[in-house]
Amino acid sequence: MAAQGSSGVKNIAKIVAKRVVSAFITLFLVSAVIFTISGLLPGDAAQELLGQSATQEQVEALREEMGLNRPALVRYGDWLTAIVKGDPGYSYVANMPVSQIISTRLPNTLLLAALATLVSVPLALLIGITAAIRRGTTVDRSLNILTLSLVAMPEFLIATLFVLAFSVKLLWLPSIALVSPEATWSETMRSIALPVLSLAVVVVAQMARMTRAAVADQLDRPYVEMARLKGVPFPRIVLQHVMPNAVGPVINAMALSLSYLMGGAIIVETIFNYPGLASLMVNAVTSRDMALLQSCAMIFCAAYLAMMLVADIVAILANPRLRA
Amino acid sequence: MSDAQVEVRNLQIDVATPGGGRKAIVSDISFEIPKGEVLALIGESGSGKTTIALSLMGHSRFGAHIAADVIRVGEHRIDTLDDRGLASLRGRRISYIAQSAAAAFNPSRTIMAQVIEPLLVHKLATRKEAETRAIELFRSLALPSPDTIGARYPHQVSGGQLQRLMAAMALITKPELVILDEPTTALDVTTQVEVLKTFKRAIAEVGATAVYVSHDLAVVAQVADRIVVLKDGRMCESGPAATVLEAPADDYTRSLLAAGNRTHDMPEAVAGAVKLEVRDILAGYGRIRDGRPAIPVLSDVGFTLERGAAIGVIGESGSGKSTLARVIAGILPAASGSIVLDGQELAPAMDNRSREDLRRIQFVFQNADTALNPAHTVGETLARPLAFYHGLKGADAEARVDELLDLIHLPREMASRRSAELSGGQKQRVNLARALAADPEVLICDEVTSALDTVVGEAILQLIDDLRRNLGIATVFISHDISTVHAFCDKLLVLYSGTAVELAARADFTGAAHHPYTRLLVDSVPQMDRGWLDRQVSEQATSLADLRLIPGLCRFAPRCPVAIAGTCDVLPPPYRTEGTLTVLCHHPIDALTKEDVIA
Amino acid sequence: MISRIASGVRTMPLSGQIGFGLVVFWLLAAVFGPVVAPYSVGAFVDDEVFAGLSASFPLGTDYLGRDVLSRVLWGARYTVFIALAAAMLAVFIGTSFALLASLRGGWTDELISRAMDTLISIPSKIFALVLVAAFGSSLGLLLVITAITYVPGNFRIARALAMNLVALDFVQVARARGEGPVHLATREILPNMIHPLLADMGLRFVFIVLLLSGLSFLGLGVQPPHADLGSLVRENLTGLTEGALAIIVPAIAIATLTVGANLLIDALQKGGRS
Repeated sequence: MAAQGSSGVKNIAKIVAKRVVSAFITLFLVSAVIFTISGLLPGDAAQELLGQSATQEQVEALREEMGLNRPALVRYGDWLTAIVKGDPGYSYVANMPVSQIISTRLPNTLLLAALATLVSVPLALLIGITAAIRRGTTVDRSLNILTLSLVAMPEFLIATLFVLAFSVKLLWLPSIALVSPEATWSETMRSIALPVLSLAVVVVAQMARMTRAAVADQLDRPYVEMARLKGVPFPRIVLQHVMPNAVGPVINAMALSLSYLMGGAIIVETIFNYPGLASLMVNAVTSRDMALLQSCAMIFCAAYLAMMLVADIVAILANPRLRA
Repeated sequence: MSDAQVEVRNLQIDVATPGGGRKAIVSDISFEIPKGEVLALIGESGSGKTTIALSLMGHSRFGAHIAADVIRVGEHRIDTLDDRGLASLRGRRISYIAQSAAAAFNPSRTIMAQVIEPLLVHKLATRKEAETRAIELFRSLALPSPDTIGARYPHQVSGGQLQRLMAAMALITKPELVILDEPTTALDVTTQVEVLKTFKRAIAEVGATAVYVSHDLAVVAQVADRIVVLKDGRMCESGPAATVLEAPADDYTRSLLAAGNRTHDMPEAVAGAVKLEVRDILAGYGRIRDGRPAIPVLSDVGFTLERGAAIGVIGESGSGKSTLARVIAGILPAASGSIVLDGQELAPAMDNRSREDLRRIQFVFQNADTALNPAHTVGETLARPLAFYHGLKGADAEARVDELLDLIHLPREMASRRSAELSGGQKQRVNLARALAADPEVLICDEVTSALDTVVGEAILQLIDDLRRNLGIATVFISHDISTVHAFCDKLLVLYSGTAVELAARADFTGAAHHPYTRLLVDSVPQMDRGWLDRQVSEQATSLADLRLIPGLCRFAPRCPVAIAGTCDVLPPPYRTEGTLTVLCHHPIDALTKEDVIA
Repeated sequence: MISRIASGVRTMPLSGQIGFGLVVFWLLAAVFGPVVAPYSVGAFVDDEVFAGLSASFPLGTDYLGRDVLSRVLWGARYTVFIALAAAMLAVFIGTSFALLASLRGGWTDELISRAMDTLISIPSKIFALVLVAAFGSSLGLLLVITAITYVPGNFRIARALAMNLVALDFVQVARARGEGPVHLATREILPNMIHPLLADMGLRFVFIVLLLSGLSFLGLGVQPPHADLGSLVRENLTGLTEGALAIIVPAIAIATLTVGANLLIDALQKGGRS
């Protein structure tokens, strides 16, 4: 058995290493797509930055400074190496290094995302598993209609309704989410309560639906019937038989739904004037600040891939067929 | 209250229909089982046999509703118990052995955890005691390495072992009633014998009463004391096993028995000009290097087949028989070897064959459910090859579709139906007719009856037999059932683990010598005769190590009862030929037992 | 046809009937809304901005004193038509690639799947933002951008469906008969995946409505003088703190459209399964 165990560990290490490599390859390909779309296709960035009134010489000088005269592949290579080294370039729109702009915004978005995750994961698990084990009942059907409606709600409607309820009518919470380093912890919580809540609502619905599907799928398997016919009580069937098999799919569902956080953050940060990365990215689009835009996009994609990778690895670790 | 151990009176089970009403799927079922006896519920698919068996545990599928005057097991009235009461009986007093152990075991938990679970949830033993008892059971069920097998996960053991492990799970609480739901159907015939014997002995040791659900009368004959014959949810006949098997009162029982006991008079073997020749095929999956595939499946397989003749290709799962069929059709190109049709060699891959060559060899797939496009009507299905190969359109095509439907004995109105509206047997007929629409010269039938009930399958085999003789179509039958092959084929090719171990002609089926594996196959087919199982000696594996990985050596040697140590594990076996018989064996043909192999 | 739809709707659960009603309402609004709108879309008809309900302005007025009902009816036309066209385009492109990948298999499949996996790793809103930044947001571009954003998602579903079908024997039979790829794709495979594909198109439609409104809400979608429902929410955002109808009404309009479509699809899928 010992030999088998160690070969199992080796097996797993191999599979995990493979997934990690594959995630990096995807990230690399993503960077190529983003650079091609935002860096190469749109035409002359220098011309646009200086406007129509600029002279030919001015444009040429800026082109030289921005390195636009070099071949596309070289520009991509330099950009990628710089990003890998942690220097995402210079914003000619804001006139400061991209890293400096991002460093003030990123922690805010991470805080928002972390809190939204913290709120949504337990709630989604509760709703999803409840619906699955009570399949076909009124509870399940009501939860289905509820989550089905919530996933189709535009984020700005949810945020707007929260503002109307909690800020305009009840005057409990602020409608603008200001965060400052001087604010106390409870002040910060109060000011970002509405953004967190708005984000969580959108994500919970999605996550709960996928959790229900994953658990319900396992409940239909013959081994569940077998366990019933062994006289195993239903709570034990769910905990000991179904959950070990549902862990992989459920974690995967969580990760996929959390990627909705990013899309949701874009709207929610904007509506609450929250100084995060997503609203920064919207500004970058408006001001056509490509250097900043590329960095923001890469951060979001990397975060998404990292989450999927973690989910993959957890699923592998939970699966005895891969372990042995 | 009768003194039988199990009593069922006037059982009725119904399901909700889409229209809001209810429909009975099982009705008027009554039987009793005396203590320690085995009752067989026998019937074809849709007969309600599993549904009835599960009702003894108070369990129903798909929201079906169980009603009965009495369902009693021992002193417990199953029909009046609530969920809690049922749960306390299940796995303790009544246990269940499912058809597919692979699906019934939880893939994420160890075998031991699942086997001892009934003891733990009913608080009958501590974990330690339970594990000790499980290991004892593993030993008595003849499982390999009984002390450690429990630590494995279900995917790490073979199908036959898993089935026995499920028996351990069912018997560990020493239940008074065991329900066995087609427990050997998913197994190969050679594995089935061993598993059946172990089950029979183990149940007798526990002293349990048993319900055995099966579609196979011959299997039932070996294990049952009493038999209930079911059709469409109703009882046709019930009584002691000997009476039902030897003097059946009901027509349906008789037709089941007839399909099992084939008394089919064999017409002359067809002999004529050679139509198809398959030579030295080497094939498998993965990248081909130096004429060898990465994962070889078939090596050095060949045969010839005359116009209108039929060859049966037989072997257990994994023997490469379906691969051979796909190689001939060009679906899986051979790595080396050749396929010669009327003296002309065909391209290995179907992509490189001409439309005319494709027309000449037609393939009938095993499962008509997936072989027919559900979006097309029967008429469209049959018309397509007519248009594709023969350019037939409009009224000509319609006329030919009618002819084809006549040929397969289906009414012409069927042309407008879709496959979802057909029965299993009708689907398989259409599947066959589509191949015939091409006017093929070679027909490859891949397990065409394995998804069908015995009686329906028998009719399809008879139809193919008539057609190939009348139309002169050379036919390749792929089958796992040696008795089918014997009844319908002129030649026999036996595959074991990708090698041809025997090639025989009709004349050799009786009275000639045979390869030890062929012998094992024949001996493993259960007979109607009730003492058959008890006469079977256990398959005696020789002490030879598993040498299957060394190329060239006899792959059957590790299982061969007559293997010669020092020869079979050292030297590759020679092909020995005598007349029409060729075997791959170290034993000279004369030394191999001569006995009828007609199953 | 009409009677079949009617009987289909009658057997649906209530949620599906509500969904059907909402979807039909918004489709009619998109087609006939501008005809029945009480005022012209750009007309400044009231001195009061953010007015409440009144007989002359059933849904109040917006931040410039325009009739909200008229603007919503016009806005629905943009939202529904762009999203519908984009959903069809996304499904057409995604499914074409899926059929190609599943029929050719091997390297073709690897290549297409890898490319789609790459695109699907870019969260859809992020991807749309990058595309808008690069190419701008004229109506035609928005249609193409929102479609491209959801091509990989449809590809994934369609490829899974097609792969399951390709593995079935009837496709093997057609292949062994010598049929070409066009016959295999259009006659053997496509007819058997049409229902799940239509359901997926419905879901893509919902996603695209949300994406498009989101972009417009951010000021990156439909640009003035055109205005879709999302633009209407954005332009009235100053009224948020006073709870103006002009901001609630278009937001609810979007929600009723997408929730309705979702409920309808869910009911259709469940009905198809049993």
